[in-house]
Amino acid sequence: MKILVCISKTPDTTAKIAFTDNNTKFSEAGVQFIINPYDEWYALVRALELKETQGATVHLITVGGADTEAVIRKALALGGDEAFRVNADSHDSFYIASQIAAVAQQEQYDLIFTGKETIDYNGSSVGGMLAELLGLPFVSIASKLDVNGTTATLVREIEGGEETVEVTLPLALSAQKGMAEARIPNMRGIMAARTKPLKVVEPVAAEHLTSVVSFELPPAKAGVKLIAADQVEELARLLHEEAKVF
Amino acid sequence: MSVIIFADQFQGKVKKSALEAVQYGAKIAQQLGVPAIAIAVGEVGAAELSALGQYGASKVLHVADARLNEPEAGATTKLIAEAVAKENASVIVFSHNFAGRSIAPQLSAKLKAGFVAGAIGLPDTTAGFVVKKNVFSGKAFANVSIGTDKKIVSVMPNSFSPVAGEGSAAVEAFAAGLTDADFRIKSLKVETVSGEVPLTEAEIVVSGGRGLKGPEHWGIVEDLAHTLGAATACSRPVADSGWRPHHEHVGQTGFTVRPNLYIAIGISGAIQHLAGVNGSKTIVVINKDPEAPFFKAADYGIVGDAFEVVPKLTEAVKKYKGN
Repeated sequence: MKILVCISKTPDTTAKIAFTDNNTKFSEAGVQFIINPYDEWYALVRALELKETQGATVHLITVGGADTEAVIRKALALGGDEAFRVNADSHDSFYIASQIAAVAQQEQYDLIFTGKETIDYNGSSVGGMLAELLGLPFVSIASKLDVNGTTATLVREIEGGEETVEVTLPLALSAQKGMAEARIPNMRGIMAARTKPLKVVEPVAAEHLTSVVSFELPPAKAGVKLIAADQVEELARLLHEEAKVF
Repeated sequence: MSVIIFADQFQGKVKKSALEAVQYGAKIAQQLGVPAIAIAVGEVGAAELSALGQYGASKVLHVADARLNEPEAGATTKLIAEAVAKENASVIVFSHNFAGRSIAPQLSAKLKAGFVAGAIGLPDTTAGFVVKKNVFSGKAFANVSIGTDKKIVSVMPNSFSPVAGEGSAAVEAFAAGLTDADFRIKSLKVETVSGEVPLTEAEIVVSGGRGLKGPEHWGIVEDLAHTLGAATACSRPVADSGWRPHHEHVGQTGFTVRPNLYIAIGISGAIQHLAGVNGSKTIVVINKDPEAPFFKAADYGIVGDAFEVVPKLTEAVKKYKGN
């Protein structure tokens, strides 16, 4: 089995969000970058579990500048076999999906994983676009995946419940919580990652369908209205009469 | 020209998030001076569909195919693309719910139509087409411009409360050219958590954290939620410890919710948790630690013992509810 895991570089979950250049650019000053948690904790780890239990080759891919290599090396340290970096910088999901599709077309994967969404642009789009570009079925927001021969069984989230589905490989999916448990790379993995192949490929011609015009921060809260612990009825009154929320 | 809205249904009833999408799409149609056309798939009654007129749809295309009761993503993408061509649609609207997250990106790649996922405002069409959306998991917003002729927008659930007005929509059977080969994902089983309010659609959410000390203490959270008609949720450590199911985890790596009222009980308010809830209209924090960072993000707060405060709040709410 040949597996591709799409990796995105995102700011750490504790990063303070600020913008520069007249609110048109994310300020990277003092920001730690990580592998997008959905890509790492669920997509990558489940791919590695499949490799360990059934045998598979796990490729990684990211679309980004040279500064994304640290996160790709970490993903290799966790157990990926080799990696691609498409040398382009973009925030447009279609452009990114087009780049990954170009590599995937050459390599012919049985399974392509993305995370449910990235925690920076929250597009939850690359997986679905990639599936369409490659003509693959797409199972979104899966919390469980089992593979038996060429048949994949998945559990995916739907409104107010879950759906169990069956698909014949090849397949693209987006992974969320429940699919696997996060791992920490060990020293052997980190050492091995240094010499694993990381191929840099130049982008193919593709369109940008969207562009960010500007960013905004949410308005500050007016401040909390504290109610004494022995005045709980007053809180109910405020919620009913002032906030009118029930 | 027209605006097409995917009005997805569950067990014969149009989802609340879909009603919201219909109303949002109808407002865009009004802005552009074109009709708003809803498209529904699967087994759903004509009365339920014509009622979409109350939310601004002038016509509903219906693909009454039982195989689409849980909309197979590939087949649904294909049939919406056919409807887009038939109705010459320039804007296609989805809810940013589970079905929307699955179908909208595929349609975007199929039509090469720019897609903004999770819109929280109507598009600004004065110069181009610019949509405001959440980024950094609710810590900021981005105004995103779509540069293509056809445009796809998905609406973040609970960004606009759907309000029923007057009107009824004409329901038209839509014969999509689907073949068996279009159904590549086979649905084996659908399990629903009956009687519970879906978290992402809920208008009120009652959420518990580590301050509740253990899963056996969740009764007070459930009682308050039940009294308010609310969904229950939890913080990440609670889901990670297995005290509550993963689908209740709200925060940066869980679900983003935007209810009218979010009540946080025994949750300190780490930045990752706040990211998932700060779109809530009113936030109430109950925590015994006055230094809990959540109070800074709250509208109302009580510094006190949850085990004493929450049952009292449930009783006080019951008085207003008249039961």
